Amino acid sequence: MSIPVLEIENLSVSFMTRAAEVPAVMDFSMKVFEGDAMGLVGESGCGKSTVALAIMKYLGGTGKIVGGSIKFRGRDMSTFSEKELEDIRGSKIAMIYQEPMASLNPAMRISSQLIEVPILHENISKDDAWNRSTEMLQKVNLPDPERIMNAFPHQLSGGQQQRIVIAMALLSKPSLLLLDEPTTALDVTVEAGIINLVKNLSKEIGTSMLFVSHNLGLILETCNKITVMYSGETVETGEINQVFRNMRHPYTQGLLRSIPLPGKNKYDAPLQAIAGQLPLPHERPNGCNFGPRCPHLDKEVCESGNIEMQLISSNKNHFSRCARVDKIQWNEKSLSSEKKPKSSSGGTLLTVKSLSKDYDVAANVVFGGKKKGTVKANVDLNFDAKVGETLAIVGESGCGKSTFAKVLLGLENASSGKLEFEDNDIANTMVDERKRATVSAIQMIFQNPFDTLNPSHSVGGQIMRTLEKVGVGSSVEERQQRMYELLDLVKLPREFEKRMPRQLSGGQKQRIGIARAFAGSPKVVVADEPVSALDVSVQAAVIELLIDIQEKFDTTMLFISHDLSVVRYVADRVVVMYLGKISETGTTEQIFSPPYHPYTEALLSAVPIADPDIKKRQILLEGSLPSPLNPPKGCVFNTRCPNAIIGKCDKIDPPLQKLKEGHTISCHIDAKELSKKGSVFAQ
Amino acid sequence: MLLFIGKRLFVLFLTMLSLSFIVFTLVTIEPNLKKLALNQANMRMEEEAVQSWLEKNGYKRPILVQYGEWLGNALTGDFGYSTHFRKPVNEVIWPKLWHTGILMFWVLIITIPISLLIGIIAGMREGSKTDRVLSVFSIITTSVPQYVSGILFTIIFSSWLKLFKGVAKAGSITFENFTLPVLTIVIYDIGYIARMTRASMVEVMNAQYIRTARLKGMSFISVVFKHALRNALIAPFTVIMLQFPWLLTGVVIVEKLFNYKGFGFLLVAAADQNDIDVTLACGVVAVILVLTTQLISDIGYAFLNPRIRFS
Repeated sequence: MSIPVLEIENLSVSFMTRAAEVPAVMDFSMKVFEGDAMGLVGESGCGKSTVALAIMKYLGGTGKIVGGSIKFRGRDMSTFSEKELEDIRGSKIAMIYQEPMASLNPAMRISSQLIEVPILHENISKDDAWNRSTEMLQKVNLPDPERIMNAFPHQLSGGQQQRIVIAMALLSKPSLLLLDEPTTALDVTVEAGIINLVKNLSKEIGTSMLFVSHNLGLILETCNKITVMYSGETVETGEINQVFRNMRHPYTQGLLRSIPLPGKNKYDAPLQAIAGQLPLPHERPNGCNFGPRCPHLDKEVCESGNIEMQLISSNKNHFSRCARVDKIQWNEKSLSSEKKPKSSSGGTLLTVKSLSKDYDVAANVVFGGKKKGTVKANVDLNFDAKVGETLAIVGESGCGKSTFAKVLLGLENASSGKLEFEDNDIANTMVDERKRATVSAIQMIFQNPFDTLNPSHSVGGQIMRTLEKVGVGSSVEERQQRMYELLDLVKLPREFEKRMPRQLSGGQKQRIGIARAFAGSPKVVVADEPVSALDVSVQAAVIELLIDIQEKFDTTMLFISHDLSVVRYVADRVVVMYLGKISETGTTEQIFSPPYHPYTEALLSAVPIADPDIKKRQILLEGSLPSPLNPPKGCVFNTRCPNAIIGKCDKIDPPLQKLKEGHTISCHIDAKELSKKGSVFAQ
Repeated sequence: MLLFIGKRLFVLFLTMLSLSFIVFTLVTIEPNLKKLALNQANMRMEEEAVQSWLEKNGYKRPILVQYGEWLGNALTGDFGYSTHFRKPVNEVIWPKLWHTGILMFWVLIITIPISLLIGIIAGMREGSKTDRVLSVFSIITTSVPQYVSGILFTIIFSSWLKLFKGVAKAGSITFENFTLPVLTIVIYDIGYIARMTRASMVEVMNAQYIRTARLKGMSFISVVFKHALRNALIAPFTVIMLQFPWLLTGVVIVEKLFNYKGFGFLLVAAADQNDIDVTLACGVVAVILVLTTQLISDIGYAFLNPRIRFS
């Protein structure tokens, strides 16, 4: 067998803080061979990024490799001098980062950041380096390389920036490419393009990949091997199809069961969250780290000292760190997969009639100046929401979904149109002019639970304050009672009343956010990407909680999201938006099966799916989102639409095709023609 | 860019107008004028005589007319007559400003390179021994007020070691008599700018693009020079520009302490002696200085930070 490009053996990394040594990675082993694409999966805090940085020997002042070895092409990297390390970094091992904007120097032109790589490693002239860089920019599909070379990072879009980072990493044709959550900060359609690019280019150059991500679907689409990490340890590793089909560790199984898959919704197959949360490094249990959260825990076996990796299948290189691997019935359906009855929706609660919202962009505030232009954030929106229904608003960043939420909540006035809530038009009443009943009837759950709680007030106090604001209870005691009920409702212990937000995990914070939103018994709750900042296993629990509470109170939920698999799971009806306009509306069934609007089709195709049995048609969108200041003529999607009819789509606004049962598609192509393309998914 | 500068100059002019108007109104309120009359003419004047003195000197006219007259003169370069020094303001203020200018020049030429160097070296490796030593040094120097350090230096270097003189005569500057005032300001200022620079450098060195550069295979030193420096200088640049107006007024203590007859000295004397025209002229000079340094600061900021330049 050939020498692996990268061989990690029993690696342990610790961070030396003033208080103590915090172990971040323990006993981690992995082999990456030439041409391999290894996926490294785990939740935040499990140490996967630390592994990537340890390979680069870049752990900051406090991180130290305390055990084990990392071999690059058979040579132990701990024997490398600083100079040798510098020679390898960027030329033999290159890295692509999570946040492209932050990874590029804001004060330097793209050209100087690119050309320094070959100049540094290959000692070539500036002109040669320039030519190499422009060639590479063409390879990463960036139009007009000369213009981009002279640009500064902030002048490019997120997707373009990430292409630059990729170009930078591939300039020296590295033999190992480390990707640390390379698409987490990007929109799904952009993500699909980037992933495709990385796959093709690494094959072309012959680079092995280590792909670090929390997204199982992405790993399945890009890698041929996978390593699952939990709390600093490898728990399972093997060939990708083997692990996905025959997982042999309860954590891997838990992860796969907690993500919504296409074809599943909340009524057929409820998500199963993994109970509990990731232990802090200094609170790791004895024996199996996953033990306290594991449904198959056997205290005698699992908590008796260290558990070693066991071979499951040698030809698939399948290993698992589970002491009870032979005892567990792996194919058993989980206990709680009973079906829920589908609730029927009531009468219409909210009607949106030709609602538009424009923002004026003035040249200068002090001097007035002439108007630079108008951003049309919402254009002629028409839809309604019924009592007890979950209506999802889907689209990529900049599509106007959050603007709509602001108008609904009274944080912005609409420019025209009506927003009828219980027969009152509230499109132009700001939140402080609204009646208290209206305010408490329309509440919001925010995207980032970390920023929405006041860090200097206790959790109980913050809920009580909300109760006071929405006029619940006439005395402190009454409100306190109600606060306890709310904590019960979101399944947090009552003792949490005294806790400060910093003592809570992300999922717990989001539960407090939900408790606050439901404090005044709202009729409509706007959930703006409520789980996108949470880890997969926590996500499932929060989604289930939301659905339960919503059903209990028959609340209407407006679920704003870019994640179509979550939307498929929670929503009854869906509104798809692109650049401020609605491209398609319908029930979840209608949206997820043909005929699709071409944009919906591309969105569906872009979502990575963590199921090796589902095959998708791939539709990649060209270019990036046009500026909302200067939207395209005709159909706003025509510049990126693979089916655009030149002369029609770029001139005339698309007609609204009304199909059966409220399904509408705004497209020039006839619905019959669209349905001929068939489903994006094939089992 | 030119449009931007033009706009800023226009704002500068407007600000100057309104500020000088405010100062003008404040120094020409009735009780102050009466005091001036008593001072200038005869301490034992009757109320009637005071009124007629005010009438005679044009202080009874509407405020706008008076201000218009002053403004008209000021725009043609005539700042009026100093009642204390008994000569035209122009003959008083410019030489003093020149003296302070020389002091400021030496202070800045010494402070800026030293403090930037200290800040960058300290912030380059956060938490290292060098960082801690330099940080403690900067904290000590900024926490000793100038009137304390000035006196200390005088005692040590002048009375005891007899190296320098404790008095600096404006107009005839020598190394011997000029070192102590400069040193007093420099020591205080170095700590301040160095701390700002260090904070900015630490932030930049922790930025992800520095990691990117390091993982490209660049050495630590070239990352500091090529990637960190320019970004780290954005914040201290603004602080340095703010030093100009601060120095202009901040020299009061040092000038008094070393009996150096500069702008600060003049300002104190004018305020003391109720010298209306000199006070006004000093105010205008201060405002011009503040606003021009702000303008330079904005332009320089745009140069250092391309995100500002292009938006």
